[in-house]
Amino acid sequence: MSAARVVVTGLGAVSPLGLTAQDLWAGLSAGRCGFGRIRAFDPTGFPCELAGEVPAYRIQDRVPRSFRKAVKLMCRDIELAVMAAGEALASSGLITKGIDPEKVNVDPTRMAINVGAGIICCELPELAPATAVSTTDGRFDLRKWGQDGLDLVTPLWLLKYLPNMLACHIGIIHDIQGPSNTLTCGEAAGPLAIGEAAQVIARGDADIAVAGAAEAKVNQLVLVRQHLLQRAVSTRDADPDKICRPFDAGACGSIFSEGAGMVVLESLEHARARQARILAEVTGVGASHSMCPGYARLEPDGRSIQVAAEQALDDAEIRPEDLDLVIPHGTAVPEDDRAEARGLAAALGSAAEKVPVWPTKSMIGTTGAASGALDAVAAVRAIVEGVIPPAKNFDQPADGCRLNVVRQRHPGPIRHALCCSYTFGGQTAALVFQAFEEGPAR
Amino acid sequence: MKTPKTRERVVVTGLGIVCPLDHDVESYWASLLAGRSGINRTTIFDASTFPTTFDAEVKNYDLQRHLRRPELHAGANRSSRFAVGAAVQACRQAGLEVETSTPADGVDRRRMGVYLGAGEGPVEHDTFFACILASWEPQQQTMAWAKSTPVAFARMTAAYELEQEPNMAAAHVALLTGARGPSRSCLTACAASTQAVGEASMLIRRGQADIMIAGGAHSMIHPLGVTGFSRLTALSRRNDSPTTASRPFCGSRDGFILGEGAAILVLESLTSARRRGVPVLAEIIGYGSSSDAFRVTDMHEEGRGPVQAMRAALADAGLTYRDIDYINTHGTSTQENDAIETLAIKTVFQERAKQVPASSIKGMLGHLIGAAGAAELVACVLAIRDNIVPPTINLHDPDPKLDLDYVPNVPRRMPVNVVMKESFGFGGQNNVVILKKCEV
Repeated sequence: MSAARVVVTGLGAVSPLGLTAQDLWAGLSAGRCGFGRIRAFDPTGFPCELAGEVPAYRIQDRVPRSFRKAVKLMCRDIELAVMAAGEALASSGLITKGIDPEKVNVDPTRMAINVGAGIICCELPELAPATAVSTTDGRFDLRKWGQDGLDLVTPLWLLKYLPNMLACHIGIIHDIQGPSNTLTCGEAAGPLAIGEAAQVIARGDADIAVAGAAEAKVNQLVLVRQHLLQRAVSTRDADPDKICRPFDAGACGSIFSEGAGMVVLESLEHARARQARILAEVTGVGASHSMCPGYARLEPDGRSIQVAAEQALDDAEIRPEDLDLVIPHGTAVPEDDRAEARGLAAALGSAAEKVPVWPTKSMIGTTGAASGALDAVAAVRAIVEGVIPPAKNFDQPADGCRLNVVRQRHPGPIRHALCCSYTFGGQTAALVFQAFEEGPAR
Repeated sequence: MKTPKTRERVVVTGLGIVCPLDHDVESYWASLLAGRSGINRTTIFDASTFPTTFDAEVKNYDLQRHLRRPELHAGANRSSRFAVGAAVQACRQAGLEVETSTPADGVDRRRMGVYLGAGEGPVEHDTFFACILASWEPQQQTMAWAKSTPVAFARMTAAYELEQEPNMAAAHVALLTGARGPSRSCLTACAASTQAVGEASMLIRRGQADIMIAGGAHSMIHPLGVTGFSRLTALSRRNDSPTTASRPFCGSRDGFILGEGAAILVLESLTSARRRGVPVLAEIIGYGSSSDAFRVTDMHEEGRGPVQAMRAALADAGLTYRDIDYINTHGTSTQENDAIETLAIKTVFQERAKQVPASSIKGMLGHLIGAAGAAELVACVLAIRDNIVPPTINLHDPDPKLDLDYVPNVPRRMPVNVVMKESFGFGGQNNVVILKKCEV
């Protein structure tokens, strides 16, 4: 059966560290934390008032002129996705309708899109006037909502919050007419989307794919949910630079953030034909499911991480000792870190104590669906730059963590990088990126 | 990525359904052939003042009956509960053991995965609106957030919130079956579960799994869901006659009827099905996906995306439009979908367009949104099995512009070897799957 080699030719990222992939890499390299007191809403009353918000932007300036009216249909998740996808495509050298309609150099029917998205929480102020007219004795009254409130909801309200609208807006802007999917697999959605997009190209259904994920978690009700699930830092007056500590003995929960990570994937043949700059190759895709009856946590032995990582290594036809970098999910929720460390150690076997492990959430926090996608961007950059920056906030390994979390800048070269992600619910994903080398198809 | 050694044939070995018509596959099929409607007044919440007061609900469903260990799914939301019930049925038919950590069915759980088109759980609307009311300052038109934060902490619960996540239906099915392989949920609006079945088939075809529990689960029958569709003017408002309101391709159609449910297909490599000696119900031979890339609000006027998806599926199957015996349409009963879908079929099927039976079962079933495609794929498998095509009901007043053979009102007995299933979603999502009678 045919199989194309799939390469990465473009990167885009929007994160608490900045509005570009370069900002993300520069921030991670400098050990900068992107956390501060929440600005999106007044967080008074939350056990911890910190979050990772992206710097200010004007979405109208970041879409083609012809699309400026459509931004009113974009919730924040969509905006972040559109920005990251725009950067990824522009950096690849491909010219889509959204980049320059006069100079398009792609066949839109051969382009795919695959985006991971979270559950989008609607903006409460939008529904407030409708809610306010739907009360009896100060309490919400559903019959009044049906009669009077409903008509005050803006007609296209639902379209702003359907998870597939991230991919749809990107697809409309850049005229992407091929296969389109939206994966809603919690915090594992990003790498699952990238993996599926790579498979879409490998099986010949597209030459190019925009893949990644976006989510905006800095929202009152979404953050309440993370606190109720006991995943969020609940320390008052925490030092934002020191509080998020994946795999560290002092880990006490995660900081929640917003962001988007996107890659442009291309068949090697297509990239070569246009003499594109190839950043890395996707060589391994693995996936599994964690069997945790409570659903909120990873199973204690981290077995799904082990299965997914082993599959990805097998797909890439490499051994654990060939790995030069692992970016784990590492949320800094102690039980989850412990489980993931066990699963990874099992997959890496005797190489576990040697392979450098570099968690990123100490600096960017948990960005929901975007988590693994931002890590994929970071992994490709690490391969290109040939260096692993030091992990942030890792002083004393947590009990039972026998991974080699990098304390110092680790020089390359980096040939093989593994990214792992899992989510509440249990979906688990692993991807192997490899430094690009010319050679025959394997 | 490894190059697959062989192209595995993908077959269906199990079916399960929980939908407004019935909670098992054979009753569902009997209802479809009898032209029975599953549409009635809304009972899940008080919709009496809403513009639309009826829907297609799953009624009298008791998941506990299906399970030995119901505690694993006790907190599951409405659609996840449908998914678990449908998965139990499908696995039973396929000879796969559920609810055991030591299955003796000879299937390596690392080679078995889950792929569902599934939606989020219902918002607990009383709490949601109470939070809004606690912080809304009508004079300033702003939110005093600090006032509602304590309300949210007091009224929201961890378990309910977790079960709201759209990946939870797949999570429940994975724990039910012990599936350790690839696990994904997608939510491409109304095309989601056809996409899930298509993508799951690709995983088997290319050797990434031997078995996939695939399908969909969704319920948007809650005040905010109905509000959203109602504001889009997508729902029928024929409140005086719920059972005749869903009338795909009819001249007087005025919108779809919101439904809910779950449908599961056990997909398996032919190699695995033969090895296990399980009966094969049909083969999945083609899949095509496309996007309109046109507008978030409307379909492309010429059906560009649907045409591309249909052609991609035909090419994937190695067939032409001449080989299709029956089209199971998306047929929602909205003005726009039914007109553009008809146009797209004419473009692809050319001189054969009016000869190929093309029916919609949404007249009976309503629109199960994310679960619609999977429920309709179950009907396609049964059409192949029994050589009979389910009808488009409530089609008494044809639209002069819509002149295909929609199999009006009564089922049709005919040889059914190759079926095309199409699903189209908001935002321009198009997915098409082609099934075939399996000649082993």
